[in-house]
Amino acid sequence: MDFMMHSEQQNQLEPTQAPVERHSHNQWNPYVDNGGTSLIIAGKDFVLVASDARQSVGYNINTRYDPKAYELSNKTVLATSVCSADAKRLCEVLEQRAQLYYHKHERQISTQALAQQLSNTLYSRRMFPYYVFPLLGGIDAEGKGAAYSYDAIGNMERVTYKAFGSASALVQPFLDNQIGMKNQRGAEGERMLTREEALRLAIDSFTGAAERDIYTGDWLDIFIIDAAGVHKETRELKHD
Amino acid sequence: MDPITLRLPHTVQRPQELTSYGPTTRTTQPIVTGTSVVAFKYKDGIIMAADCLGSYGSLARFRNEKRLTQVGEKTLLGVSGDISDYQYLQHKLEDMITHEYDMDDGQSLGTKSVYKYLSNIMYGRRNKFDPLWNAYVVGGIDNGEKVLGFVDMYATTYSSDTIATGFGSHLAQPILRRRVEGRTEQITEEEALEILDECMRVLFYRDCRTFNKLRRAKVTAQGVEISEPYSLETNWDFAEDIVGYGA
Amino acid sequence: MFRNQYDNDASTWSPQGRIFQVEYASEAVKQGTAVVGLRSKDHVVLTAVKRSPNELASYMKKIIRIDDHMGIAVAGLTSDARVLSNYLRTEAMRSKMVYGRPLPIGRAVNAIGDKAQTNTQEYGRRPYGVGLLVIGFDDSGPHLYEFSPSGIVSEYYGYSIGARSQSARTNLERNFASFEDMSLKELIVQGLRSLRDTIQQGKQLDNMNTSIGFVGKDAKMTILDGEDTQEYLDLLNEGEAMDTE
Repeated sequence: MDFMMHSEQQNQLEPTQAPVERHSHNQWNPYVDNGGTSLIIAGKDFVLVASDARQSVGYNINTRYDPKAYELSNKTVLATSVCSADAKRLCEVLEQRAQLYYHKHERQISTQALAQQLSNTLYSRRMFPYYVFPLLGGIDAEGKGAAYSYDAIGNMERVTYKAFGSASALVQPFLDNQIGMKNQRGAEGERMLTREEALRLAIDSFTGAAERDIYTGDWLDIFIIDAAGVHKETRELKHD
Repeated sequence: MDPITLRLPHTVQRPQELTSYGPTTRTTQPIVTGTSVVAFKYKDGIIMAADCLGSYGSLARFRNEKRLTQVGEKTLLGVSGDISDYQYLQHKLEDMITHEYDMDDGQSLGTKSVYKYLSNIMYGRRNKFDPLWNAYVVGGIDNGEKVLGFVDMYATTYSSDTIATGFGSHLAQPILRRRVEGRTEQITEEEALEILDECMRVLFYRDCRTFNKLRRAKVTAQGVEISEPYSLETNWDFAEDIVGYGA
Repeated sequence: MFRNQYDNDASTWSPQGRIFQVEYASEAVKQGTAVVGLRSKDHVVLTAVKRSPNELASYMKKIIRIDDHMGIAVAGLTSDARVLSNYLRTEAMRSKMVYGRPLPIGRAVNAIGDKAQTNTQEYGRRPYGVGLLVIGFDDSGPHLYEFSPSGIVSEYYGYSIGARSQSARTNLERNFASFEDMSLKELIVQGLRSLRDTIQQGKQLDNMNTSIGFVGKDAKMTILDGEDTQEYLDLLNEGEAMDTE
């Protein structure tokens, strides 16, 4: 009877439902959530990438400055979130692949190519994922701001704006409202922001996130990437 | 003559030829452990402290463990967590330093390199689901720059002016944030020692896996200096007022 | 077929104590166009003449980047050089990944030296047919090394290998005392001056056949080709005009 119950349950599993795995023994969990938030906004000829720098585990703040967004050699910026150890290694691996491309083709890898490379890199660890939700920003072949968002196993999407990390549930709706113009009467779809607007929205997003999310705060690294290169500035957030 | 084999009755010994058979084994819990390491930057460099206890569960089993060691010329390593994993790692670091020395070209591994190498080992073992059950603090001076970094069994790494592992992250870190953060360059050695003692005293009072025999160490431009074991002055007068304590 | 009975392979000695295959490999280095390397207290420079096999072909690559702090110049079999440069690039990456530091130049050169030596001692192998000048900047400052097919590596203030390189070496020997305090620009022009001595009669350095590489204290490994070399070629010719006045 017990067996019957079990098999019935199995049969009732909807295709969209994930099966619950029952392990006979508990395995050590190698993942840690180090908190923090990252954001990306694409403009006409620029892209803005921002990440806070707090690293935490549970209620402990490990450090106030551990940058989560990294400038890569081909003038793109990779912003990460969640597992810091994986994020750091992922950046190293991606930078190495960018270097290999440079040596092979004698020119910097394009933003699009690197975006695809990042997807492949993540997927190569499909069975033991990098616990990282990356955002990649750069300038595309047409000189437009290119923003890419990924899940941990390499699903890739080009976006105009996106927020990931511990305060994503706070920041994403804000961006949906301010940039996406979602569900607003009379609004004509997504806005293309100017640099100043993007910068203000990014700063407001993070001051808001730092106010309500305990895992976001301390310092904010903002990268603005355009045809001329990468400009970085660091701002202070709440330290509490 | 046949080699003598020891067969101790209370230990399980797998036959030599079977070591590659059977289920793979992992560290699923630490056995002999060291508790907190406390470290921070001050005017002249890095200062660090840890006690001499190797606990076996709640038993104060080994009372003369050295949990602060020198690696290379200007690097100090503090360890908490499993002592045997630490001793294994110590051999790896020795190999690394020896290999560097053997190159015989006048170059040596700085603190950043030691830290990077150590982090890589930890990340590699984490990826094998077979972690070294430790939290390490690496301190030193690299090309005139003070370096203080942390790495644990998940290979989480970070640098900070103040670092405390284990219970220290709850009990000592708040003290360090109040007294050290933002004023590392003003702290003299005298004050640094006083801050360190304050932290270690609180830990001794409140962390059951501590021991009043500890070492401190510093890294300055002159190099690494690890103290002999010493004790802190403590005061248990308040105990008299606690109902149920003692008599 | 053979010049003598002791040059069948690299693992056979001649009674005079020579290994002919290694000597032949060293001859291959002299078939390549010349490259010059020289260093000051802050910088190291490479200059090279590129050869074009014919009118329709492009110029051969002579200077290869290894990492931000290291580069090589090639004389001899370019394809052998590619094997070595790939190896060096991987080693440089490994050093960055494992120890977080740029690969020390001396160690890099010794590593390829050991590879080359193996080729001179194992049966059935062939020595590399290429010589390299390796430049780089690490914790102990700027370096210039020569790598040769025999596996010998040596460090220099200034050196040249390849076709007619003796003329460049003579020029370097006459001037090397003044290299120490030269600026990067002066060092490059001096490099070109030495390189010019290796050019065949009736030919000259121009922005098509000249290649410049440098690295130093505040300069990442940079390779200049084509139009970018003109500035320095002009300085070279100006200096020459002043000398004759």
